[in-house]
Amino acid sequence: MLTSIAQAAYVVAAVLFVLSLAGLARQETARRGNVLGMVGMGLALGATVILAADTSERPVLVTMLLVALVLAIGASVGTWRARTVEMTQMPELIAILHSFVGLAAVLVGFNSYLTSEPSIVHDVEVFLGVLIGAVTFTGSIVAYLKLAAKIRSAPLVLPARNVLNLVAIMVSLGLGVWFVLGGGIVPLLVMTAIALALGWHLVAAIGGGDMPVVVSMLNSYSGWAAAAAGLMLANDLLIITGALVGSSGAILSYIMCRAMNRSFVSVILGGFGTEGGTVTAGDQQGEHRETFAADVAEQLAAARSVVIVPGYGMAVAKAQYPVAELVARLRGLGVEVRFGVHPVAGRLPGHMNVLLAEAKVPYDIVLEMDEINDDLPETDIVLVIGANDVVNPAALDDPTSPIAGMPVLEVWHARQVVVFKRSMATGYAGVQNPLFFRENTAMLFGDAKEQTEAILAALRAHAELA
Amino acid sequence: MRIGIPREGRERLVAATPATVAQLRKLGYDVVVEQGAGECASYPDEAYADAGASVVDARAVWESDVVTAVRAPSPERLASLAEGTTLVAMLAPHSEPALVEALRERGVTAIALDAVPRISRAQSIDVLSTLANVAGYRAVIEAAEEYSGMFTGQVTAAGKTAPANVFVIGAGVAGLAAIGAAGSLGAQVRAFDVRPEVGEQIESMGAQFVRLEAAQQEVSADGYARELTAEQERATMDLYAAETARADIVITTALVRGSAPTTITADMVAAMRPGSVIVDLAASGGGNCELTVPGEKVVTANGVTILGYTDLTSRMARHTSQLFGTNVVNLLRLLTPERDGRLTLDLEDPVQRGMTVTRAGELLWPPPPVAVSAAQSPAAQVDPAAQARATHEAAQRRRRRRSVLYGAGAALAFVLLALSPAATVSHLTVFALAVIVGFYVINNVAHALHTPLMSQTNAISGIILVGALLQLGSADLLVSAIAFVAASVASINIFGGFLVTYRMLGMFRKDG
Repeated sequence: MLTSIAQAAYVVAAVLFVLSLAGLARQETARRGNVLGMVGMGLALGATVILAADTSERPVLVTMLLVALVLAIGASVGTWRARTVEMTQMPELIAILHSFVGLAAVLVGFNSYLTSEPSIVHDVEVFLGVLIGAVTFTGSIVAYLKLAAKIRSAPLVLPARNVLNLVAIMVSLGLGVWFVLGGGIVPLLVMTAIALALGWHLVAAIGGGDMPVVVSMLNSYSGWAAAAAGLMLANDLLIITGALVGSSGAILSYIMCRAMNRSFVSVILGGFGTEGGTVTAGDQQGEHRETFAADVAEQLAAARSVVIVPGYGMAVAKAQYPVAELVARLRGLGVEVRFGVHPVAGRLPGHMNVLLAEAKVPYDIVLEMDEINDDLPETDIVLVIGANDVVNPAALDDPTSPIAGMPVLEVWHARQVVVFKRSMATGYAGVQNPLFFRENTAMLFGDAKEQTEAILAALRAHAELA
Repeated sequence: MRIGIPREGRERLVAATPATVAQLRKLGYDVVVEQGAGECASYPDEAYADAGASVVDARAVWESDVVTAVRAPSPERLASLAEGTTLVAMLAPHSEPALVEALRERGVTAIALDAVPRISRAQSIDVLSTLANVAGYRAVIEAAEEYSGMFTGQVTAAGKTAPANVFVIGAGVAGLAAIGAAGSLGAQVRAFDVRPEVGEQIESMGAQFVRLEAAQQEVSADGYARELTAEQERATMDLYAAETARADIVITTALVRGSAPTTITADMVAAMRPGSVIVDLAASGGGNCELTVPGEKVVTANGVTILGYTDLTSRMARHTSQLFGTNVVNLLRLLTPERDGRLTLDLEDPVQRGMTVTRAGELLWPPPPVAVSAAQSPAAQVDPAAQARATHEAAQRRRRRRSVLYGAGAALAFVLLALSPAATVSHLTVFALAVIVGFYVINNVAHALHTPLMSQTNAISGIILVGALLQLGSADLLVSAIAFVAASVASINIFGGFLVTYRMLGMFRKDG
C-alpha cells in the first residue's frame, strides 16, 4: 500500500519535472517552471521519507533523525551558497554541484552493491553508475578549480594523452567483465580509482575557453549517472530525471559545439590551439587605431543605434554594472541600444544573459547572434567589451584559420566598432583578429570597467554642458 | 608651449574652434587666438576666451612656439617667422617647392596637414578626408540649388515627377559623401569608380555601382586610384558618355594626386538635357570637365550649369572648422605623447615622418614611401569545383560510416535487451522515452535561459537523494555512513540548485 502511494507520488513528481524544464523554455513561464520543480521535489522527498521510515531496519526514530540531519545540512549549505554566490561565479557553482551528483552516484552505487543480491544485470548497472559517477565527480572538480582560477586554465597536455584515455577505458571494461563474473569488490574499487583519474585527466586537458562545452557535458554525465543509479535501484523517478538531465546537458553541449563549428569529439579531446600548424598567432596584420573614452562618449551620444557585444572579459572585469548604467543613460538619450550575445560567450551557456540580468538590463534588448547579425549593417556603433574570437572576421574570410567556419557576430559591418581590450593579445583560440585592423575599428585599451565608467563620466559631463 | 591660431587670409575656415581649443589646453598647451580668427566661421572671440584661449593680435600669434593654420602663410608672414617655430598647415609640399625651400631657409619645422600617409591609424588626422567629405556633401547642396527640379520623386494629386538621376564619378571620400547626401534627398544615385574594390562601399551608401569590367584596375597598393591605360580609358569614356546623357546631376570627383583627368568632354556636356547640373569637385586641379572654369559657375549654350567652385568647404565654415580643428587636435595628441604641452616629433613614426616637410633647416621632403596596403590582398585562388567535389565525397564517406556505426549499435542494443530480464527492459523503456521527452523539451529552451536551465537540472538531479535516503535505514553501519554522505551532498544540490535558479530568474526583467 505504502509503496503504491510512493510510486504514485514519484509519477506525479516526474511529470512535474518535465513541466518544470518545459517552463524554462521562455522567460514568461520560467519562474513557474522553477516552482513546479520544487513542488515535484517536495512530493518525491516526502514520499521517500515515509518509505524510508517504513523500510528502516533500525529504530525508526534514529533513521528519521539521520534524514532530518541530512536535509538540515543540505538546506543550510545549499541556501548559503545560493544566496551568496556572485553571478560571475555561476560556472563554478554549477560545476561543483555536478561533482556532488557524481559523488552521490558513486556512493549510492557502492551501497547498492553492498546491500543487494548479486545478479549479472544489477552488477552491470552498478558498475556503469559508479564509472560515470566517478568521471563526473573528478571532472567537475577540475572544471570547478579551473573556473575558480584555483588552477591554471590552460590545457594540460600529457604526451600520448589520447592513448592514456583509451587505455583507461579498456582496462575499466576488462575490470567490468571481471566484476560481473563475480570478482567481488576489488575490481569495482580499482575501476573507481581509474575512473577518478580519467575524469581528472579528461577535463584537465581542456582549456578555459571550452568550458561552456565541458560544463554542459558534465551536466549531461551527472544526468546519466543519476539514471544509472535509478536502474540499479529500480527507481523510475530517478531514471526519468536522470534521462531528462542527461539529454539536457547533451543538447547544450551540441549547441555549444555548433556555435564554435567544432565537433564534440575535438573539444573533448582537448588541447585546442596547441596543435595543428595553421595557428597564425601573433601575426601583425596592419596597424590599429586607438581611441579614448571621451571620444567614444561623444560618438555614443550622437549615435542612433548601438549594439554591445559582451564577452568573458566583461565578466572578468565585472563591468556589467557600469555597462548597464551606460545602456540606461543612452536609452534615456533616445539611442537604441541592444546586446548581441554569442552562444559561447562566457564560461557557461547563457552566462552573459545572467550577468546582464543581474545588472538589471531588460532581457528583451539582449538578443542572440542570429537575431542581431542582420541589423549590424544599420548600426552606428558596436561596442565589443571583452570579446575577441566571437567577432573575428577570419572565421568567415580565412579558410586556414583555426576558427574557420565558426559563426560569428559580424560587427565589422557596422559604421564604427569600438573594441574594449587590455592589450593587442590574442583571444582564447590564439588567433589574431583582423577586426582590430579594420578602418572602422578603434581600440579602447584598459580595464573594461574603468573605461566604461570613464565613458559614463564623459556622458554626464556632456549632459551638464548641454 | 604656446599654440597660436592666426586669422586666415582669404580662407573662411579657422584651424581651431572653441571646442578644440579646450582639447588643446587639455594636452597642456597655452593657446592664443588672433582677434577675429573665427569670425567667418561664426565663432566670436568671446567664445575662444571662454574656452581658455587668450585673444591677441597677429604678431603675438605668429610668435608662438607652434602655429596651426589652415593655409600656408603669406611670404611676408613667412619672413617674420622665428627660427625653431613649428608650423602646422596645409602646405601642398608636392606642388609648392618654393614654399618648402623658404620654410627650410627660415629654420622652421613644417608639418603638412595635407601630406598625411593613407593608413588607418592616421585617418583621424587626415584633413583631406575631412575636407573631401564636406565638399562632397556641399556639392549636392549646390547642385540642388541650380537644378531645375526636385531631387525626390513626387506623387501628388497634380501628377507625379520622377526622382533626379545623380551620377557620381569617383567613390573616394568626397564621392561617397555626395552619394549619401544625394540619396538622402531622395535622388536615384549611380556611381562609378575605376577601383573595383570600392563597389561594395558604393552599394553600402545606397547607390548603384556602375560596372565596366575592362576598366577595372588591379587593387591599388596605397589606396589612391592610378591612371588608366589607353584601352581602359576608351571604355571608361564610353561609360561616362552613356551615364552623363541619362543623368540630371553629375558630380565628378576624380583627382589623381592633385591633377584632374578629363572625365566629361565638351561633347558629353552637349548631349546632356537642359537644366542639368555638373559639379566639378576637381576644379582645383583644373577640372574633370573640359568646360569647367575653376571657381566659377558656367552655363553652356544648351542650358547645362557647370559649377567649378573651389571653396565648397568654406561655404560651411563652422562645421568644417570644427572637423578640421579636431584633426589638428588628433595630430597634436600624437605629437604630445606625454600630454605635457611639449611637442616632440618622432621621425621613426611613419605618420609623423610623412607629414614633416622641414625640420630646423633640414629638408625632409619627399618622405620615403609608406607601404601599407589600404585594401586587403586577394585571397589565394582555389578551384571551387574541385573543392566542392572533394567535400561532397568526404561527406558521403562520413555518412556511410555513420550508418554502419549506428546499425551496429542498434543491433548490439537489441541483443542486450533481448537477453535482459523483463523488469530491466521495462526500466530501460522508461529511460528511452524519458530521453526522447527530454530532447524535445530542452530543445525549446531559449539560449538566454541556459544558465538557469543548468542550475535547475542540477537541482533535480539531486533526486539521487531518494536512493541514498532509502539506504540510510540499513542495519549495516558502513552502508548507513556512505548513504549519509551521499544524501548530504545530494541535498545540497537540491536546495542550492533550486534557490539559485529562483534567484537568477528573479533578476530577468522585461523592459518597462
